[in-house]
Amino acid sequence: MIELLFVLFAAVALGSAINVLVQKHVLYSSLSLILLLTAISALFVLMQAEFLAVINVIVYAGAIMVLFVFVIMLLNLPADEDGVDRLRWLKLLGIPMVLFLLFMVVRTVWKVETDAPAPQLAGTAQAIGASLFTDYLLPFELTSLLILIALMGAVVFAKKDL
Amino acid sequence: MIPISWYLILGAALFLLGMLGFFLKRNIIALLLSVEIMLNAVNLTFVAFSSHNGQINGQIFVFFVLVVAAAEAAVGLALVIAMFRNRETLNVDRSNLLKW
Repeated sequence: MIELLFVLFAAVALGSAINVLVQKHVLYSSLSLILLLTAISALFVLMQAEFLAVINVIVYAGAIMVLFVFVIMLLNLPADEDGVDRLRWLKLLGIPMVLFLLFMVVRTVWKVETDAPAPQLAGTAQAIGASLFTDYLLPFELTSLLILIALMGAVVFAKKDL
Repeated sequence: MIPISWYLILGAALFLLGMLGFFLKRNIIALLLSVEIMLNAVNLTFVAFSSHNGQINGQIFVFFVLVVAAAEAAVGLALVIAMFRNRETLNVDRSNLLKW
């Protein structure tokens, strides 16, 4: 049953990732990326990381992707113009190379002998919060500084004249 | 119980798709979206290892990756707006003032 769910969500994730790449208009690409994020969140739930699944939907799909869609609609973009000539042979070369790399990764991962899985651990808000506010307190506080700097940077870059 | 290698292979495939998009797309917003795909592939791998080893640290790291992704998206999109205002295009091949 769980295997079936994994295959379902993995197929959704891969399909929407491919759709992100083949769409001509970035708006459709970003909508497809939201589907990818939802599938990833479902996979997090399968691995019992419930808190991260919720956070992924709220922060990623709810905040970051809304920002993307907002900017795309603000700029009122035309569909992608087809690129320069050099892209044609880049595609011919790039896709087989990526497939080859994927083959090598799969072959390597397949051969690895892993230990028996440890007893299941539930990534609840309680478990994450306890670790975040004891072992990772300093990095956690520093991220607030990072967010503040990013906020100011975004305002400075996007403003027409200061 | 799903073997961890399934998750690793899915993560690798998603990462490679993001990489392919980053190299082949010319629209700067599409490049940012490809970076988001890659970040999510890495997050998936982190959570897979965290769940496999029974340690919470990997999930904490995903939390920080989310924070950095939010900061990156905010600054990146501000740069996109500035670029569109100055160059009237989002094609990265057209922004070549520093190229000689």
